[in-house]
Amino acid sequence: MLIPKKISQAVLALVLVTVAAFGLACSGDPVGKNSGDSGGGTVQLQGQGASFPKPIYEKWMSEYGKLHANVRIDYQSQGSGAGIKAIQSRTADFGASDAPMSEEDMKKADGEILHIPTVLGAVVLTYNLEGVAQPLRFSSEVIVDIFLGKIKKWDDARIKADNPNVTLPAKDITAVYRSDGSGTTQVFTDYLSKVSPEWKQKVGTDKAPKWPEGIGMGAKGNEGVMGQIKNTPNTIGYVELAYAKEQKLPVALIKNSSGNFVEPSLEAVTAAAAESAANMPDALHQSITNAAGANTYPISSYTYILVYKEQKDAAKGKALVDFLWWSLHDGEKYVKEKLYAPLPPDIVKRAEAKINSIMSGGKPLRQ
Amino acid sequence: MQPNIPTPAAQYGASARRWNWRRALSSTGSTGDAVFRVILFLCAMLILLIVVSMVTMMAANAMPSIRRFGFGFLTGRDWNPVADSFGALPFIYGTIVSSIIALIIAVPLSLGVAVFLVEQAPRRIARPIAFLVELLAAIPSVVYGLWGIFVLAPFLRVYVEPPLQKWFGWLPLFQGRITGIGLLTGGVILAIMVTPIITAVVRDVLAAVPVSQREAALALGATKWETTRVVLANAASGIAGAIVLGLGRAIGETMAVTMVIGNVPQISASLFEPSYTIASVLASNFSEATDELYLSALIQIGLILFLVTFMVNGVAKLLVWSVTRGTSGTARAT
Repeated sequence: MLIPKKISQAVLALVLVTVAAFGLACSGDPVGKNSGDSGGGTVQLQGQGASFPKPIYEKWMSEYGKLHANVRIDYQSQGSGAGIKAIQSRTADFGASDAPMSEEDMKKADGEILHIPTVLGAVVLTYNLEGVAQPLRFSSEVIVDIFLGKIKKWDDARIKADNPNVTLPAKDITAVYRSDGSGTTQVFTDYLSKVSPEWKQKVGTDKAPKWPEGIGMGAKGNEGVMGQIKNTPNTIGYVELAYAKEQKLPVALIKNSSGNFVEPSLEAVTAAAAESAANMPDALHQSITNAAGANTYPISSYTYILVYKEQKDAAKGKALVDFLWWSLHDGEKYVKEKLYAPLPPDIVKRAEAKINSIMSGGKPLRQ
Repeated sequence: MQPNIPTPAAQYGASARRWNWRRALSSTGSTGDAVFRVILFLCAMLILLIVVSMVTMMAANAMPSIRRFGFGFLTGRDWNPVADSFGALPFIYGTIVSSIIALIIAVPLSLGVAVFLVEQAPRRIARPIAFLVELLAAIPSVVYGLWGIFVLAPFLRVYVEPPLQKWFGWLPLFQGRITGIGLLTGGVILAIMVTPIITAVVRDVLAAVPVSQREAALALGATKWETTRVVLANAASGIAGAIVLGLGRAIGETMAVTMVIGNVPQISASLFEPSYTIASVLASNFSEATDELYLSALIQIGLILFLVTFMVNGVAKLLVWSVTRGTSGTARAT
């Protein structure tokens, strides 16, 4: 009986020692972490949000990191909604969103949040139609009726009217849309709501609206929509310009408010922003879909970085405003190669003023 | 360390008559056993704690939606975040129907493979096939999903769905537009995913049936087919367990199904039409749901998935019980 008891005592001792060591380790951890952070002299910034500007943001962060070895910026693309949630709850140092925050969202945050526009993008219509080589042309009413389920066949007279020289097959149209909540969907439905009162009333503008039944199918993410369109004949769907160009999918010309069919080029997107730049409100966010002007692409949009006006941590705030400033100026040369459109000069100036207004402890962070 | 110091006999006797924590916790009265038992008990309680906290957390967060829609949430067909109107029926329908399709295909297939591996195949063939089955069970679901979009969906669209519509088009099941994306494709990809799981478990169950039973059947003049039926009858409860395991995976599967089912919240008689599952709608919309009611509706739908899984397991347990009642000495999955 003696030996088993000794063993059991040894077990008990071991358990107690382990628990004690674990407890010590747990209590000691945060101390070590804190001292490591401040001692190293590096600043770490965490961003979260929209997936659409991810390629350009990652490029900026990597280039900026090469120039400033003491600043590390990480970006998680989990969607515009996640970006808004992250900045509201301060789980990230900055958020990113394609759609501006609503009044309600702003109220939920514990401080004033600024919208800093960074780049412009376009939502394009892409399709899979065998035997059609030249790009198709769509007027806004036709797009609305395809997504409302009123135009069901590819050889519908109204599609033919926009494309007189194309032989269209007598097949059913299958629309492909985003099943997950998405800033891209917000921009697309914002456009449809502007051009069609019926759409506005029946479906509306949202990141994840209720699509009319029987028009087609939903797919997750830009990649999901592209995969579905590539693999299913007679489909049509919307994705961000950069995705369609990279995958070499056909891109449709869309009739703008001046009656011209416009190709989604970077110039046409910047033109759409420039058209309404003079009317940009102080909050520095606006919808630029269905813009006026002869050469504007009608489904264009700003994308924004969301930051608190009052930064709690001066070192982090300083690094953040310097990065934002750099991305508007030196960072601009990377914008076009990543297939985004640069901001019009007026908006860059207004964004500069916004960045200059960011403070910490009552002092502006940028001198 | 004080409790470990050996106590004088008199004192020990006195404390034994009073309450002794070592005796209360372990029949041997040993300190080590008592501590050991407490630790094991805490491990077991942790599981209970996790389940209870999950249910209460989800129920609490789903409260705004439960209060607003009540029981109508289960029967509502409308899912419209713009109008703040949420009904879960299309998702429940899609989850259940796709899982049923998966089982209809996967169960006979897995039984066939398992019976072949255990009863018929020579060892040098059985070994590599069994290895491949286990390999298939370990492939991540997103890989199945990609394969589903690029290979399975076009295959079904060109070679399977048109003949089905041609011969059985009079059934509402096979009417409508053929795109290769929809409830049927979702069910087929699930079948492919659960087949290895069911096969692997059934194989182990069949192998556990005593050889003496086969020998007895053969000695009575049974054919190989009749012997197999005896073995299957003996393994019934284990096989049912394997099917439940497969069903569990089918109901909870997210990525692969999302990629091929079409993600439209509708209830259609046609298997060619797109549908939506509970797990898919959660995965697709959780990160973007900023509105409180929307988020709450999504959490409630998660709660429903939880309850559906509970119910399926309960029904399966009943099934196993009804099959095994009266028979004894059967081989079990565990």
